[in-house]
Amino acid sequence: MSSLLTIESLTRQDIEEMIGLAGGFREVLDRDVPKVPTLVGKTVSLLFYEVSTRTRLSFERAAKALSADTLTFAPGGSSVAKGESLKDTALTLQAMGPDLMVVRHKATGAPWRVAEWTGLPVVNAGDGAHQHPTQALLDVFTLHRRLGALDGLRAAIVGDIRHSRVARSTSQALVTLGAEVTLVAPRTLLPVDLTEWDVATADGIDEVLGEVDVIYLLRIQQERGGGDVFPSIAEYVGRFGLTRDRAEQLSADALVMHPGPMNRGVEIDPAVADGPRSLVTDQVTNGIALRMAVLYSLLSGEGAA
Amino acid sequence: MEDHLSQVLTADDVDRVVRRISHEIIERHQGAKDVVLIGIHSRGVPLAEKIAAAITGFDGTRLPVGELDIGLYRDDRRQRPTARLGRTLIPVDLTGTQVVLVDDVLYTGRTVRSALDALSDLGRPGRIELAVLVDRGHRQLPIRADYVGKNLPTGSDQRVTVRVDEIDDESGVWVEDL
Amino acid sequence: MSGLIISGGLVVSGGDATAADVIVDEGIVTAVGPGLEIDDREVIDATDCWVGAGFVDLHTHLREPGQEWKENIESGRDAAAAGGYTAVLAMPNTDPVIDSGYVARQVKRGDGVRVIPSGAITMGRLGERLAHLDELWEAGVKVFTDDGDTVADGGVLRRAMEYIGQLGGLVAQHAEDPGLCAGGHMHEGSVSSRLGMMGLPSVGEEVIVARDLKLVELTGCRYHVQHVSTAGTVELIEAAKRSGLPVTAEVAPHHLALDHGEVSSMDPVFKMYPPLRTPDDVAAVREGLANGVIDCVATDHAPHAAFEKDVPFEEAPRGIIGLETAASIVHMSVGMDPTQFFDRMSHAPRRILGEDGAGVAVGATADLVVFRPEGTWTVENLRSRSNNTPWLDAKLEGVVGATIVGSDTMWRRSG
Repeated sequence: MSSLLTIESLTRQDIEEMIGLAGGFREVLDRDVPKVPTLVGKTVSLLFYEVSTRTRLSFERAAKALSADTLTFAPGGSSVAKGESLKDTALTLQAMGPDLMVVRHKATGAPWRVAEWTGLPVVNAGDGAHQHPTQALLDVFTLHRRLGALDGLRAAIVGDIRHSRVARSTSQALVTLGAEVTLVAPRTLLPVDLTEWDVATADGIDEVLGEVDVIYLLRIQQERGGGDVFPSIAEYVGRFGLTRDRAEQLSADALVMHPGPMNRGVEIDPAVADGPRSLVTDQVTNGIALRMAVLYSLLSGEGAA
Repeated sequence: MEDHLSQVLTADDVDRVVRRISHEIIERHQGAKDVVLIGIHSRGVPLAEKIAAAITGFDGTRLPVGELDIGLYRDDRRQRPTARLGRTLIPVDLTGTQVVLVDDVLYTGRTVRSALDALSDLGRPGRIELAVLVDRGHRQLPIRADYVGKNLPTGSDQRVTVRVDEIDDESGVWVEDL
Repeated sequence: MSGLIISGGLVVSGGDATAADVIVDEGIVTAVGPGLEIDDREVIDATDCWVGAGFVDLHTHLREPGQEWKENIESGRDAAAAGGYTAVLAMPNTDPVIDSGYVARQVKRGDGVRVIPSGAITMGRLGERLAHLDELWEAGVKVFTDDGDTVADGGVLRRAMEYIGQLGGLVAQHAEDPGLCAGGHMHEGSVSSRLGMMGLPSVGEEVIVARDLKLVELTGCRYHVQHVSTAGTVELIEAAKRSGLPVTAEVAPHHLALDHGEVSSMDPVFKMYPPLRTPDDVAAVREGLANGVIDCVATDHAPHAAFEKDVPFEEAPRGIIGLETAASIVHMSVGMDPTQFFDRMSHAPRRILGEDGAGVAVGATADLVVFRPEGTWTVENLRSRSNNTPWLDAKLEGVVGATIVGSDTMWRRSG
């Protein structure tokens, strides 16, 4: 593996190996000194064109826990405002000598372009509504730590699937590991054509409550609720929100996930978000371990020499 | 076992050597009460368990046994393909303990250096010692073993292979001309 | 000056194809027939070639005035000649827009590869107020279009059709409903759903064509559908023609050859509007072209500089160049016989423009192309200022061997 751009290119074995590696790094994070010298002398460049606090911090934490240096580029006040193209920015950063680039960009495929232009290993930290492979891997890693093998796991992903890179990549990772995925969303927020998706769909959250082992909620962008794709936030919550009452209808050991940031009271009730079913904070910590595993895979060994 | 390998320690030899090292540990620590055995992945781990079992056999003491994977601490990662991470398991708080690191072969000393780095991130032992089944010479660092099963003069054009029952379904030490 | 003899080819004229030589003296076709005397004329060996009237492109973006780093009129004409085209219809989305007689006259060229300006339907192509339609008409504009954008407002289009219809002009529509296609970058379907890109649904094209056809019924104005890309549009046009409406249509070579699966690469060279559609749509436009529901091929030659395409897909400008590869791509993807091929590439576009010249006629100024259907060539060293074609470096079948206007041989290629 020279870059991590999409879940689609990973086999079941690839994902399982990454989960295994991440488990080792999760143990490192629990040590007194949660840091290892593995990537001393390596530099990880973070090219974040979209505002993202948690993903960027997670990658920074992962790089630093492996003793790599980080070089962060975020466009506010930089040359992007002066009209510099993505290519020129990428080449400028490349000239500073990083060993790997982590790229987030609002346009589908941007990390592929950066990999092509720079020849460096690239980790896709989210491109448009397309892919977010480290999120998908941390999600299945989190479930795997809790449940073991995911074969036959019944998962529902609820929310704005159409515009969600998380839904795309996480559903693919789940399906690759043998889980059954149901997408739950208003028709206006489902992808138009699901022929390439190995998933089922449901028209409301009530249809799946008693049927799932894990329910994965996506952030609803509040600005869409002005009649853009659903009539109002209240009507969205009415049909798709995981309220406290609905959480009680989940099976006893069903789990709740959310990639964050959450809209408490919209897609998820605060009590559910903080309750015993919630894996939300696990997802965050596991995300660091998983990203350590990704950086380690791409930057150590012969391939990276 | 293939013909071009010559066996230098048999399974019985290994058991004998393990018992001797166990005695030495007890002697030096006057009962071995504060000792923690930590095996270096992968063949140091079953050796550490053998030593612990031997000590239990001699005086009933049950020593804690840990596992240490030094993959993340190697200084030669660029030359080696990405290995799978082994488990690192430290069963007790190491502060003030007498740690005996256990490995199969002592050669350049780089593995031990990595292990010392790793240990210092895991706690602050009062003392760290090193036990090895075979010392084959050719040190590149100022490191020596406190307990040596067998000193084995070798050329750098030879390979020393240690096998243990738990991993290889046989036990012994072989030397191979490359 | 001595003349020219094109010898040994299959001469395609009107609906016939016959083995014959063609003699051009002083820029005029003086003889067509078998076994003509060479004398001291220059010989163009047309063995295994089709010889016919030069191709005419109803959809060329020359970028001049305003975006000359992508293309200018001269480089565009050179590219046209290399593709066998002897006339191009220049789209009006220049800067300034061709919405006045003055700009139209700046763009027009009458000798060599002719440049025929089209005119905008509305001022600035903004879809609101009518452009200077009379001025444009007087400057020689026959085809009116806001190409690149759609005249979305039915009231505006109705009035334009009434006005232009009275002049005798043709309204050509880039059919893309702005509401249905908002934010779209590629065909809306399985691939866009996988890539997470907003799509342009097929109905976004079809609802505009369906509405426009009702307005044609109302106004009687001649109407031309630009770059037909969907099976549904082909059906609408077929029905309209059957009911006798004055409707014509064109298809771009890339819509005959490629489908939306190509966009999986996320390479901006596959970005164009209308977008690459499904394999079923490709089959439908191929069939439509072959059976004549779609009258002709038009390239939608849309040059963009390399740096402009060297960006993520969604940020890339739309369009690919097509003049130099069109004949090969059409030949390879549809495989028509020589009379059909020349009808779709040369004769039909001339009819739509209201021109003669649908063949090789003695006494007429030479306006000829020699096409070797079984030859091959590699797409490189293009004459266009831009290289944005998915076929760059590809080996294509069907070689434009020569392009001749008057006494000027503007292009030769062996192979």
